[in-house]
Amino acid sequence: MTAQATRDVSTAFGTASNRRGKYFSFKRFGTPIVIAVALLTLFLWISSLSLDSIELRTLNWAYLQDRTFEHLRLTVVASAIVAAIAIPAGIALSRVHSKAVHAVVFGIANVGQSTPAIGLVILLAIVWKLGFEVALVGLVAYSVLPVLRNTLVGLEQVDSSLTEAARGMGMRPFQVLTRIELPLAIPVIVAGLRTALVFCVGVATVATFINAGGLGDMIVNGLKLQRWPVLITGAVVVSCIALTIDWLAGLAEDLLKPKGI
Amino acid sequence: MERSCSSAASLLQGDFVSEPISRPAAGARINLTNVTKTYPGQAGPAVESFSMDIAPGELIMFVGPSGCGKTTTMKMINRIIEPTSGSITIDGEDILSLNPNELRRRIGYVIQQIGLFPHMTIAENIAVVPRLLGWDKNKTQTRVEELLSVVGLDPKAYASRYPRQLSGGQQQRVGVARALAADPPVMLMDEPFGATDPITREKLQTEFLRLQEKLSKTIVFVTHDFDEAVRLGDRIAVLSERSQIEQFDTPANILASPANDYVSQFVGHGAALKRLGLIPVHQATLGPNVPVRGAIEVSINDSLRNALDSLVLSGGTPVAVVNGQGRVVGSIDIERISAALGAEIPALTRGGQTEAPLGGGVLAAGGRP
Repeated sequence: MTAQATRDVSTAFGTASNRRGKYFSFKRFGTPIVIAVALLTLFLWISSLSLDSIELRTLNWAYLQDRTFEHLRLTVVASAIVAAIAIPAGIALSRVHSKAVHAVVFGIANVGQSTPAIGLVILLAIVWKLGFEVALVGLVAYSVLPVLRNTLVGLEQVDSSLTEAARGMGMRPFQVLTRIELPLAIPVIVAGLRTALVFCVGVATVATFINAGGLGDMIVNGLKLQRWPVLITGAVVVSCIALTIDWLAGLAEDLLKPKGI
Repeated sequence: MERSCSSAASLLQGDFVSEPISRPAAGARINLTNVTKTYPGQAGPAVESFSMDIAPGELIMFVGPSGCGKTTTMKMINRIIEPTSGSITIDGEDILSLNPNELRRRIGYVIQQIGLFPHMTIAENIAVVPRLLGWDKNKTQTRVEELLSVVGLDPKAYASRYPRQLSGGQQQRVGVARALAADPPVMLMDEPFGATDPITREKLQTEFLRLQEKLSKTIVFVTHDFDEAVRLGDRIAVLSERSQIEQFDTPANILASPANDYVSQFVGHGAALKRLGLIPVHQATLGPNVPVRGAIEVSINDSLRNALDSLVLSGGTPVAVVNGQGRVVGSIDIERISAALGAEIPALTRGGQTEAPLGGGVLAAGGRP
């Protein structure tokens, strides 16, 4: 399980450490430029069209703002809940050395991620209700895994000689965790959160099916009513949000990475 | 706890700042009685019925092959590993009755991997234990700067660097400084110089010996390098499987009379040469003055091993011995060196064998006091 986990996050972790020193890389400025160009192009293109009444109902600032807000709210709240569940769970798992326990927990988290989000959300809606909370549950279930896995891997990759030195100097287990292990695991944990956030932005589009709003509304409406400008606007804005969040999380990763590493 | 409080109190009175290293906490007596460690699921114990009494200020070397339990034995003293049975006392206090974290803050701990925390500066690394003990900022900072100077690193240049920016040797100095931070009476060192290159290692060993002369901590030092043990130790415990003590004596005595085949095997070839390395030239009876020939001379404070080295270069003719001022005070030759090793000169010269001469008295005196 652990070996698999290490392999799965290796890309995220690799990215984290390769960023060292590259504060002025293309990535840092390239992403915002791409986002700005995409949004500007979209705006100019939409402005050049003569929109019919159906399109005008969605392609206006108020509507766009509401959907974007709903979308971001879902994403951020879901990610916060994921962090609140998965980081402590990952820490707890790192204290348990039973392989069986690890397998069970990761099994559950894997089921959460491998079940198609749309199926889970609709199933939940049938047995429970429609709306924000249900969408939230679906999103959380979907994005727990990367954070859980990265927390565990982040803690496990802390050199055991460091924790032994810390214990040998008389740190209590909690002090070893907060002063040594967590600071050193932060880059990997944040990389996991970054993955979860980007997952959430994408998966939040299915919230539309259970009446929880979000930019999925535009995409689905655009499809159903065959209004391509609406569909494309929804899709481009979602993509730009995902890119922006990924970019911000990348900045956070660099800022939170302990100095000296 | 009591100890750390009292030492902290004396530190607060300011005498510490003016005359720091001259009044360190002296070493403590360590006693291990029938200490056994059995890991669950393993047939035999890793350490079986280990008993040892270590005098205050002694530097004890545990030598043995990998997996013999020497590290396990050492780690039971600060309870990184909990003994299964037996008792361990430090200054008469049963350590198993203490809070392990408070115990460890009173015991300096240096490991081979050094284990400097990469996300903390050198100063922060050294300040870990003082912080745990709740020292105030000024006192901690003074102590950090002082310790950096003690281990030969300029505080101004190094305090705010990160471990990654230091060489291996420098990191291990910081490791030693960190272990000394709260002036613990006991130090445990687990192959601290094992990962450094030979030149750095020798330098670190020399500095470490000088430091220990000033500090006289009680030190348990684990190594698998017998030469290091001979060089540093006041007494050496040669350990075999399950941490059984095969011989526990001064380096000179072990070299002169290994207790059994196991120890002889560990001592290896060239035991006589290793013994010569322990004896200073002034321990030998010097011959009449001879002029210095071809710049070949030996200082009276050098080891007999160096004297022998010069003799080889001189072609066997007696070599002049000079004192600190460079004045010739006598001469030395092969016979006199052999005589210093022990009485059995004929055996030595004929067979070249080190058949355990009973010159232990002289040799013990020749070893470290």
